[in-house]
Amino acid sequence: MSVTTNGALSTAVRTDQRAIDAVMKAKRRDLWVAGAGMFVMVVSMALLLSLIADLMIRGLPRIDLDFLSNFPSRRAERAGILSAWVGTLLVMLVTAFLAVPIGVGAGLYLEEYARKGWVSNFIEVNVSNLAGVPSIIYGLLALGLFVYGLSLGKTILVAGMTLALLILPIVIVATREAVRSIPKIIKEGAYGLGADQWQVMWQYIIPAARPGILTGAIVGLSRAIGETAPIITIGALTFIAFLPPSPVSGDFPFISFAWLNEGFTVLPIQMFNWVSRPQADFHVNAAATGVVLLALTFALNGIAIWIRYRLRKAHRN
Amino acid sequence: MMDTMTQDHAQPKAAALPPAIKPAPETEPLRARIEDFSFFYADGTKAIKHVDMPILDRKVTAIIGPSGCGKSTLLRSLNRMHDLYPGNRYEGKIILEPEGDNLIGPHSDPVLVRLRVGMVFQKPNPFPKTIYENVAAGLRVRGIRNKAVIDEAVEGALRRAAIWDEAKDRLHKSAYDMSGGQQQRLCIARALAPNPEILLLDEPTSALDPIATAKVEDLVRELSNSVTVVIVTHNMQQAARISHRTAFMYLGELIEFGETSQIFTNPRHPRTENYITGRYG
Repeated sequence: MSVTTNGALSTAVRTDQRAIDAVMKAKRRDLWVAGAGMFVMVVSMALLLSLIADLMIRGLPRIDLDFLSNFPSRRAERAGILSAWVGTLLVMLVTAFLAVPIGVGAGLYLEEYARKGWVSNFIEVNVSNLAGVPSIIYGLLALGLFVYGLSLGKTILVAGMTLALLILPIVIVATREAVRSIPKIIKEGAYGLGADQWQVMWQYIIPAARPGILTGAIVGLSRAIGETAPIITIGALTFIAFLPPSPVSGDFPFISFAWLNEGFTVLPIQMFNWVSRPQADFHVNAAATGVVLLALTFALNGIAIWIRYRLRKAHRN
Repeated sequence: MMDTMTQDHAQPKAAALPPAIKPAPETEPLRARIEDFSFFYADGTKAIKHVDMPILDRKVTAIIGPSGCGKSTLLRSLNRMHDLYPGNRYEGKIILEPEGDNLIGPHSDPVLVRLRVGMVFQKPNPFPKTIYENVAAGLRVRGIRNKAVIDEAVEGALRRAAIWDEAKDRLHKSAYDMSGGQQQRLCIARALAPNPEILLLDEPTSALDPIATAKVEDLVRELSNSVTVVIVTHNMQQAARISHRTAFMYLGELIEFGETSQIFTNPRHPRTENYITGRYG
């Protein structure tokens, strides 16, 4: 490579000035973009914070032990969310038990075992598409397949299965991303020692991918916890004045699965129900329920961050 | 013999030069024999062309050549690394002595091959575990659970890799806290711990500074008393310093193979001479 000069110094000087102008112009553009981004962010954060603040101001004073331990009632001041939060916890339990193992298994299979070809491409495209399907479609599917097709009824089990279907794509995609982000030289190093695929999977890939997988699972769960449409579609009750049978008991065999087949309500449905009442007192109840739901969601996200932080630290040492 | 060779390297430039020189028969004991070996990547590229090469027992064999000549591809064939990616194909034989097992035969399991042939990579790649667990990894893969056995093997391997003194006080600390040169010697210890029949080194010093490189070179020289080493290097002085035999490859062919001193002082093929005198590469 050689550079040809034509001997005219002025050309070089002019070029330099033009380059400086271009840089200055780019800098001004950067400033504009940064300013616009800042403006959008401040406005949207302010809106979100004022929404949360409004909810808090109206709902927070209503939350006390009675509110958490009472069943719903026709009288607003005596109504509580006991059946709703118990229902939410139980449905989330079913969702987690179904979505996490199936989603992680599917993600690991697609990334590590499946032969790359048109079939795996087809599955990959469809998994991504499923993540974008409106949640009410899942509700309709569950109503037709689980409630009527399999005659499972409008139970906690069906709600958990429906929400598990809904968040399955999120878990699968997160698992694949986490596995894909493991450096190739680590995998080759393990194979180079004579490890077989099973050993590489369990001793190297899953431990390294665990923070990403868990984060994906919890992000999925915190989406599921606020879902209302599919649960309404499968016909969850809105007025539940009883608790499902306890999963653990003092008598043998100590664990019971009868609760899976009970009717239920969940926090968002309880909230939806109260918002649609004309009396203002019920609106306060709805706001208080909203605060509890927000607190649960933030708690889930907090756990996700904490797990990620802990595992990263543990993994380093 | 001449016919089959000229057909395969129909390179326009190669026509003017004499064909590759077949390795002379060895009198010393062999650990492996590469016979008429060819390798094809999934896209059909023939990356290795009909290579015949002996690998001497408990000696260092260096493979040199310009970038893209197939030296790493050949090395990675020796422990079936190419099997990790679909569509690659081997042809010919790689015979492990004295048993006479063909490593790329139809009934040979790549995982079993890798249990016998260890490997160290271009970039140090310790696992995100403690120093101790890194060295123990190969034993755990082999199902060894006895702590006393593992303790002994870990210490032995770290000593053989000349890193025991630097590692003994922090065996249970993360391997990531070591320097790059220490990490690479740790990776050598990790490969040595299960006592491989052959140790493959794929440009092990290319990511290291000169002092760390010198330490690894000393180590390789020392190791050749006890283990068979095959090393790929882009550094000709390194090959000259540490190896007993040198193979020069060009465009997937083994152009010349011989005693290291002969290759570097009295190359018989003009291409070898051009390369070692720095006329291309």
